[in-house]
Amino acid sequence: MTDPHVQSPLVEERAPDPQGVREAENADQPPRSQWWDVWDQFKHHSGAFWGMVVFFTIIFLVVVGPLLYWNDATFVPTGRAFLELRDMRPIYTVLWEVEPKVSWAHPLGTDNLGRDTLARLLSGGQVSIAVGLAAMVVSIVIGTLVGVLAGYIRWLDGPLMRLTDLFLALPLLPLLLVAVLLFRDPLSSALGPEGGTFILIVTLVGITSWMQTARIVRGDVLALKEREFVLAARSIGTSNTRMITRHILPNVLSPIMVSATLGIATAIITESALSFLGFGFPPDFPTWGKLLFDSVDRMVQYPERVIWPGLLISLTVLSVNYIGDGLRDALDPRIRGR
Amino acid sequence: MLQYTTRRLILSVPTLLFISLVIFLLLELAPGDPMAQVPLTVPDEVKQRMREALGLGEPMPVRFGKWLWQFFVVEPLYLFDLTFGTSFAEGQQRVISWQTRSPVMDIVAQRMPQTLWVVGTAYIVAILIALPIGIYSAYRQYSWFDQAGTFVTMVGFSVPPFFSGVLVIVIFSVQLGWFPSIYDTTHKVTDWESFVVQLQQMIMPVMVLALQITSQLSRFMRASMLDNLNQDYVRTARAKGLGEKTVVLVHVLRNSMIPVVTVIALGIPSIFGGAIITEQVFKVNGIGQLLITAIQANDLPMVQTLTFVFAILIVLFNLIADILYGILDPRIRYD
Repeated sequence: MTDPHVQSPLVEERAPDPQGVREAENADQPPRSQWWDVWDQFKHHSGAFWGMVVFFTIIFLVVVGPLLYWNDATFVPTGRAFLELRDMRPIYTVLWEVEPKVSWAHPLGTDNLGRDTLARLLSGGQVSIAVGLAAMVVSIVIGTLVGVLAGYIRWLDGPLMRLTDLFLALPLLPLLLVAVLLFRDPLSSALGPEGGTFILIVTLVGITSWMQTARIVRGDVLALKEREFVLAARSIGTSNTRMITRHILPNVLSPIMVSATLGIATAIITESALSFLGFGFPPDFPTWGKLLFDSVDRMVQYPERVIWPGLLISLTVLSVNYIGDGLRDALDPRIRGR
Repeated sequence: MLQYTTRRLILSVPTLLFISLVIFLLLELAPGDPMAQVPLTVPDEVKQRMREALGLGEPMPVRFGKWLWQFFVVEPLYLFDLTFGTSFAEGQQRVISWQTRSPVMDIVAQRMPQTLWVVGTAYIVAILIALPIGIYSAYRQYSWFDQAGTFVTMVGFSVPPFFSGVLVIVIFSVQLGWFPSIYDTTHKVTDWESFVVQLQQMIMPVMVLALQITSQLSRFMRASMLDNLNQDYVRTARAKGLGEKTVVLVHVLRNSMIPVVTVIALGIPSIFGGAIITEQVFKVNGIGQLLITAIQANDLPMVQTLTFVFAILIVLFNLIADILYGILDPRIRYD
């Protein structure tokens, strides 16, 4: 398990890899980069492939959808229109209910204030996925930094790993809730209610989820540091900074990519959980978790308002987890080419 | 082994002290004032005295020291008194909740049984389901059972409890009307009928929690079995004519259980920590729900104590997992 994933071109050429036979057969073809091999393996993992299709479809819909869709997520009807437009059912309820309140103008119905459900789902998805991606970036940057420093610089190893252990021993969800409560108001007044909460949640999720990445990266860096190509690079006078950016980091890229993928899933779930417990974004600012939380009280009459956001969260997380699984297999040179 | 355990135990003391300091400093930033609800007609000096009665108004290090004293000395002494009828802790100040003005530990003791019942049962159910699934899917790798099992565990892994919980409420409680959607904690089991009622109200929260724990455990079990099934000692066992059942369920299983047992041990703090979200969905008034209300009500001593109890449990079970690993696997030596 702890074998380093060797992908440095220097070593790759000599390694007796399983593709040696195949490469000899196609000797006249131009050389392929390793990423093509990874992609070949990845697309044969059907779960990962379909996960990626679903994930990119969701991202596409969420980004392009609000531009094409005719209803505005923030539009609240007033007066007579309010009574007519509120509490509409999704169009498909026609199939089993007698004369439900439906309209093709609002395919998934409206909420108790007359806001269009589909439009809110789309704009909520933008926020949820943006939080997921941004928090993943924060956590990966911290995790990689801590991992590389701990693995590469000997005297930093002890303190940084103790810090990691300490973070792992913290009860994270309670502390997240407390921290959201403490910093929400100051940040909201400084950066506006939406921007403040966004930055707060991204930062909090990021700094509470970097520990696994740091551990994996440190282990790999420790093993890599002893290899011949590092010695060779050092003997031609490579500085430490160059060594890390040019030789160490590319070689620990695959575990980082896998944790990055799985990190998106964790971040989306954490954000939704915070919103669900009422510690997330401000009330009129939809995210999937928030939409679910707001609709729980009326789920007996309007189950669709709970089911759609929940389904979207689950589908996104499921697809991301499958991508992570496939990526792990595809990036493992011992499995690749089978 | 004993030396290692002692060293780890001693090392965990500074860790815990540091964690308690982190929690304390974080809560120190909290803007709330426990006197905010007191009417404006109450004079300021009275308010000040009320603050002091709650242990506020002193410098921060003093309060931290006092809290440590109360938590590590007074509360254990009080527990000792309760069990043996002595009176060591008499007249000593205990950790007081700002919400109810009663000792935090008393409230925790009231809430603990509900959490332990629901989450503990879920944990046991999950282990009982996960292990056979993991073993069989690894034994018949790539069979339809394995494919289905892997898919179901992946789904269980991905669907958050606040959705699966709400979904089962919509299906089983609203549409079918089989189970109540709210967990009634005042319900007492006295005879068969009330036992059935208890069972009915426990099924949904337990199943929602168990789905999640099962998914993680059975994935782990499967991976661990797969690692072991191709080992040389398995071939040896088969070669000397042992039955397939003995080979898989005795030789392979015992070795595969080593990492799984540690994973199970690592998950135990979450039982006490309560499944905060699941308790919220099913309105179980356990520890998790207590924590949420305490955070919302700005009840800092309660939040501090609960969070720290969780931290102790995490550190303790990390240690237990490491020791178990050393005991179960003779190849691992901590020297």
